[in-house]
This record gives sequence, structure tokens and C-alpha cells, in this order.
Amino acid sequence: MKLINHTSVVKHMKPRLVINILFKSLFFAATLFGLLVLGILLYRIFTQGIAYLDMQFLQSLPSRKPEQAGIKTALVGTIWLMAVVAPISLSLGVGTAIYLEEYAKKNRFTSFIQVNISNLAGVPSIVFGLLGLTVFVRALSLGTSVLAAGLTMSLLVLPIIIVASQEAIRSVPKELREASFGMGATKWQTIVHVVLPAAIPGILTGGILALSRAIGETAPLVVLGLPLFLAFLPKSVFDMFTVLPMQIYNWTGRPQAEFQSLAAAGIIVLLVMLIIMNSIAVLIRNKYQKRF
Amino acid sequence: MNATMEKQRVRIVQGEEKQVEMENKNIVYKTDQLNLWYGENHALKNINLDIYENEVTAIIGPSGCGKSTYIKTLNRMIELVPGVKTSGEIAYRGRNIFDRSYGVEELRTKVGMVFQKPNPFPKSIYENVAYGPKIHGIRDKKILDQIVEKSLKGAAIWDEVKDRLHQNAYGLSGGQQQRLCIARCLAIEPDVILMDEPTSALDPISTLKVEELVQELKKEFSIIIVTHNMQQAARISDKTAFFLNGEVIEFTDTNKIFSTPSDKRTEDYITGRFG
Amino acid sequence: MLVGGEQGASAFRVKGVFILQNSTKTFSVQEMIQVKKQKKNTSSTIEKIVPILLLFTAIVSVLTTLGIVLTLIVETFTFFSRVSIVEFFTSTKWYPFSPTQGSYGVLPLVVGTLKVTGIAAIVAIPIGLATAIFLSEYASDRTRRIIKPILEVLAGIPTIVYGFFALTFVTPLLREFIPSLEIFNALSPGIVIGIMITPMIASLSEDAMSSVPNSMREGALALGSTKLEVSLKVVLPAAISGVIASVVLAVSRAIGETMIVAVAGGSTPSMSWDLTSSIQTMTAYIVQVSQGDAGYGTTIYYSIYAVGFTLFVFTLVMNLFAQFISRRFREEY
Repeated sequence: MKLINHTSVVKHMKPRLVINILFKSLFFAATLFGLLVLGILLYRIFTQGIAYLDMQFLQSLPSRKPEQAGIKTALVGTIWLMAVVAPISLSLGVGTAIYLEEYAKKNRFTSFIQVNISNLAGVPSIVFGLLGLTVFVRALSLGTSVLAAGLTMSLLVLPIIIVASQEAIRSVPKELREASFGMGATKWQTIVHVVLPAAIPGILTGGILALSRAIGETAPLVVLGLPLFLAFLPKSVFDMFTVLPMQIYNWTGRPQAEFQSLAAAGIIVLLVMLIIMNSIAVLIRNKYQKRF
Repeated sequence: MNATMEKQRVRIVQGEEKQVEMENKNIVYKTDQLNLWYGENHALKNINLDIYENEVTAIIGPSGCGKSTYIKTLNRMIELVPGVKTSGEIAYRGRNIFDRSYGVEELRTKVGMVFQKPNPFPKSIYENVAYGPKIHGIRDKKILDQIVEKSLKGAAIWDEVKDRLHQNAYGLSGGQQQRLCIARCLAIEPDVILMDEPTSALDPISTLKVEELVQELKKEFSIIIVTHNMQQAARISDKTAFFLNGEVIEFTDTNKIFSTPSDKRTEDYITGRFG
Repeated sequence: MLVGGEQGASAFRVKGVFILQNSTKTFSVQEMIQVKKQKKNTSSTIEKIVPILLLFTAIVSVLTTLGIVLTLIVETFTFFSRVSIVEFFTSTKWYPFSPTQGSYGVLPLVVGTLKVTGIAAIVAIPIGLATAIFLSEYASDRTRRIIKPILEVLAGIPTIVYGFFALTFVTPLLREFIPSLEIFNALSPGIVIGIMITPMIASLSEDAMSSVPNSMREGALALGSTKLEVSLKVVLPAAISGVIASVVLAVSRAIGETMIVAVAGGSTPSMSWDLTSSIQTMTAYIVQVSQGDAGYGTTIYYSIYAVGFTLFVFTLVMNLFAQFISRRFREEY
């Protein structure tokens, strides 16, 4: 006696296949949805802001009159911020990654650091703002300076750099380390001359992604109390400053349509910066991929 | 009590042997009652072996017999494995390498190593060879040039790479990469070269080239080579040690071990009855 | 065999001899190394100092967490010395700016946050999972290689840009369909946050599904399953812990999201579950106070730490939960 009735199985096959096709189209539509939103978002911002985007916009100080307003202070401030965040977060992040991958023993303290890093990555950025406000702005009396904001942002992006650097260091084959030790090189010599050069593409990619996160963040800077309107340029890391996202936030909040167009123009500049940075990261990744 | 007696006896026996064989050759490595554990696993048991200058010593044995462990102990690379414990003594040129005062880096500048798989650094050919001298503080460009040329010639790969010294070493074939690794090892002018199955990842022609190279190199260096290929041991070595389950079963002249092995287990292995 | 080796060697050996003659030792590398060693004994000092320095950099991340927790606890403590903790957690009125009698009940802010987060989850979970299934099970390698980076771009757009998009595009669009929708509301920022976290769910879930071994799929396909059945009944259950973790992480991101709600959500704390009216989330409140001129040392100033602490606990619990899930139920293939 047959337990399976093959004719009924075949009969049921057709609806199953139809459902399969139906869901495949649904899944595909969902995937397209993300792309569609991205398209609309870029199109909207581009058409809205392009009219205001010219050299005068890049070179002017902010103004109450929309036709004279520009992003010079914000652009310069963003560059200052990058100049502070890049060295601090890279040296701390790469140092931590080297320690965890090359020196740390597998004990409770090490796994505590590791768990701590992944939790830190999930802390909302605005909470980092509260930390920066209390420690850097008030306790260390740095005010709303480039340095205070730079330190806050460095801590915010630190987990990104640590995790990326750890992965890059871990992917360096152990044979290379053995070869170097076999020549009588010390541990530090091996790290500097063999491990880091081999891991540098991964570290750089992570670093660029972290930096692009830092220049797009707004919330922690609002909490630090960065001015929304600033008509002079910072001369040192101890000066007040503002950044592009703050300027965009300021303009977005104004009811007049002209200011919203200005915001769109500012967003175009911000996005272009991010696209350039991400393209560099992709280029680095493609150039050095599959080396081992 | 008994153990020390045993140890002394072994020493005396070995001493006698030495006098017979020594004629005009010096001992490079003297291993005395070496034991090694990976955690609980007793991987090397009471190893006693003498290695002579300007000879090729082959170490053969089935997989897992401890031959790779032993050769990695000679330059203390084994310490990269967590949980390794040793007892006993390995004297390199009369000095115990396990001495606290003996820095591993110092030892490893004297003892070069070639690994199973070619492992060049992702740098240019030139930088690969110059790596060792550079980390040891030699910066003079002219001297480095000379060292690189000499080492590459010594590893019989100079003619193949002399026009592309500054290209990435990953562009070389597997066999060329392995000879580059040998050149890299020669660049610090070591006294001893350890080779851990250096041809296991190579094709037959590259293997042949490396074997010929070993014959050349023994004029200047003492070489210890681990191999799972008995024909290779027979072709290139002067002395052969047969390892089994972490013990040295037999250690004598290569000709003798392959023609008239004294131990039944050695005979079984080289005639292919196991392993 | 031995003979073969000899033959091959002969031509080579000539070369070898030539080499040895050519390279007469004019200097000894070993000697030079010895000299250098004696000159600078600094290298062993470096070897000892470096790990300690690196340990200090590693401790910075621990100090950061410690700093966050201490900051929040200390300032929240000050806040609770002025406002009763019972009032904070039970009162349904949040009127900190009232000149006569301020009222600090955090619930309206929590409700605002939950409304926005709930909408975001309703948008992001189905779209994100569908995208993950499509990319992992249906799409060709080439399609996946094109679409995944585009989704990553979507995840990399600064939140202030999404906030602008919500206020100037999504809200007016929604008002075409729902005329009663206020300019500031919960719906629009909720949808946009959902769009923002969709790539996160899609990408992490796709990773989890791709790591399910092909042998499992083949086993199911060989029994006559359709691709849909394989996806939903074999792959998804096998990857479920990674999928759940990705959803939890994404929702935690939504709770902590600030700029989108600050721009498009409004500043009216409310207990109502109405989605069309103006709201205020925990994050938006912190932004509002930071921008205003509530001076240092006022109760309002300390209130942002109490709210921040509540927010921190919410997200910490979710992150720990996500880690617990992906560790506890890690698939062993």
C-alpha cells in the first residue's frame, strides 16, 4: 500500500509553484522599495538644492538673508572636526585592536573589554553628547570648542575603528607572523613591519567609514551646545565652531521655503563629501582584496 | 634517583659515540632528555639527538609523531602555541636555549627557518629578503643590495627575479616563493637552517630545485629538514632520525637507516608497512 | 630515483659553484647584527613598554563606558534630589517649562518614543526580511553584489538628511491622504526611521541566512520543495537567532534615533496613542533643552540626564538581549 498519493502531490504542486512566484515578486518588490526610496530622496534633494549651489554658497558666511547665506563656516568647521577626530580615533582604535589581537591573553578582562566595545557601539549617539557635555565641555572647561567636539566624536566612532581593525589584523595569515619570528624579529617588529602593513587596507576602510559617520552626526553636537549660527572661522582647536549638519539642521527648522532649499544645497555638499570618502574606501578595498 | 642514573648513562653512551664519529665535526645542537607537553598531551618523550655542523639531518616519521614539534622547538617557535611545557635541555653551540638569559630573538637570528607553505610577506621581492637585515638594524642601502643579491643567488633564484626585484613577491610561482623564503632566511646568514617539510606544497620540479639547493647550502650551513617523504630523506640527508609517537626510534647515518635499520619499527616504516 | 635527482642537479650545480665563488664573504651579516645589538639595547625596552601603552588605549573604551554610566548616574541623582523618583516614573504629565509648577513624568516621552519605534518596526521588519530573503535565496550573485552596496549607502546617509526628507517630503505626501495630519506627527518620522533601519535588518539577516550551509537547501530541494518553502521552512529557522538579533539591534537604533524626530516629530509630550498629532520623544526632549537657554544647574538641565539615563537603559537592555540571543542560539553547522 502506498502512503503517498502521487497524483494529489502533483495536483498540489501547481499552487505551491504559483505561491513561490508570487512571493518571489513580493521579495523583489521589497528590495526595490529601498532602492526606490534612495532614488526619490536623492532626486528631491538635488532638484531642491541645486539652484542655490554655487561658489558663492560655498564661500559665504551664514546670513539671515537666504540669497546671501553660505556654508563657509560650517564647511571649515567640518574639516577642523575631521582633523581632530582622525588622528585621535585612529590611534586609540588601532592601538586597542593590536592589544586585543596580539597581546591580550584570553581571560575575563579581555572578554570584558570585547563585550564592552560591542555595547559601546550600540549606545545612542545623543548619550555620547551627554558624556561630552559633562566631561569635555564642563569638567575640562573646553567649552563648545573643536577639541571638545572632536574628543566626543572620537569616542563615538571608536568602536567602529576597533572592530574593523581587529578583523583586518585577524585576517593576516599566521604564517607571515611565523616567518618574521623565525628571522629573530621581536613581537613589536613583527607587528610594525609585517602585520600592520598587511592589515592597513582593512584598517583604512574602517577608518574612512568611521570618519564619514563622524561628519554626518548631529545629535551629540546639538547636546554639546554647538552654535547654530556662527559668523567667524575657528583659528585653533580651542575656538568655537559649527559643522555642516548643524547648519543644515538650522535651515531645516526655518519655515521659509528658501531656507529649506539652502538646507538641500547643504545636504548635497555633505553627501558629495560622503560619497567621495566612501568611494575611496571602496577603491582601497578592491585594490587590496584577495592578497592572501 | 633512578632517572638521574639513567640520564647519566645515556650521556656516557652518547659521549662514546660522539668520540667515534666526531673526527673533525662540531656539534651544533645537542638535545638532552627533551620532553614536551601540549597541555596534557605528551608530544615529545625523552629526546636525545646530536646535530653536526655542515650536515643535512633529516627527520622522518608518520604524521603526528612529533617531528614538526621537535624542529619548532629548536628555535622555540613552539612557544607560540599556548599551553606548551618543556623539560630537559637543548644546547645550541653549548648554550641551553631554554636559559632565561637566552633571548629567543638572538637564537632565531642564528637559526633560520623555512616553513611548510611558502610564506613570503606581501611586499616586494627585495623587501622580503631585506626584511631580516633591516629589523636587525642594517640600513646601509649598498650593503642591503649586496645582501639581497647574495642571498637570492644563494637560493638559486637570482636569475629568475633579478629584473623584477621591486615587484610583489605574490607574483612568483609557489616554487619560486619557497626559494625566496629560503633566500630571506639566508639573508641573516644563519648558522643553522631548519626546514619544516619545505617541499610539501610544491610540484615535483620545484621540489627538485629545492633539494638541489639543500645540497649546495650544506657546504655553508647545518640543515635540519623534516620530511614525510622518505625518498627525499634518502636523497638529500647525511643522517636520519626516525620519530614515532614522540620518541626517537633510531638515529644514524642515512645510508645505514635505509639499508640496514636496526629497529623493527623503522624497517616497517621505511618499507611502507605503516604510516 | 636518486639518479634522477643527480641528473637534474648537474646543470644546476655549475650555477651553484659559480654563486659561491662570486659571493666571497667580504662582510658578515651576523657580525653586523651583533654590533647593532650592542649599540642599541633599546629594543627590549620598547618590547616591554609597547604592550603597556596599548593596554592603556584599550582601557579608553572601558573608561568611555564608565564615563557614560557615571555621568548619567551622578547627574540623575542630583535630579532625583529635586524631583521625586516616583513622580518621574508614574506621572503622566511632562511640563518642565511650566513657570509656576513644573511636572516631570517621563511616561509621555516614553509613549512618544514607542509610537515612533513601533511604526518604524512595522515598516522595517517585513521589508528588511523580504529583502534579506530575496538577496540570500533568490538573487544571483551579480544582483547581490550590486544591491548590497546600494543598501549600505542607504544606511550611511546622515540622519539629519532623513529628518529633512521626513519634514519636506514624507509629511506633505502623507497629508495628501490624511488631511488631519499635523505638520509635526508620529507617523512621518516613524516611517522614515523604518526606512533608515531597513538596510540594517536586511544586511545582518542576509549574512545570517547566507551562512546556512547549502547542503541544507539541497536536502530540502531534493524532496521537491519550492524555493519559498526552503527559504521559510529551512533557511529562516536555521538562521533565526541572527535574524532576531538583527531586528533587536535595529529597533534599539530606532529608539535612540534623534534628528529625524527632532526635525519632524514636534515637541508636544503626549500620552495619546494618536499617530497624527505632534509628539515628543526622549531624544527630542534632550535636543530641545540643549538648544534652549535652560541654564547650567537648573532642574531642567538635570532632567536631560534622567531622560538620557532612561534611554540608555532601554538600548542597553536591547543590545544585551541581542548579544545573548546570537550567542545562546549560535548555530553549529
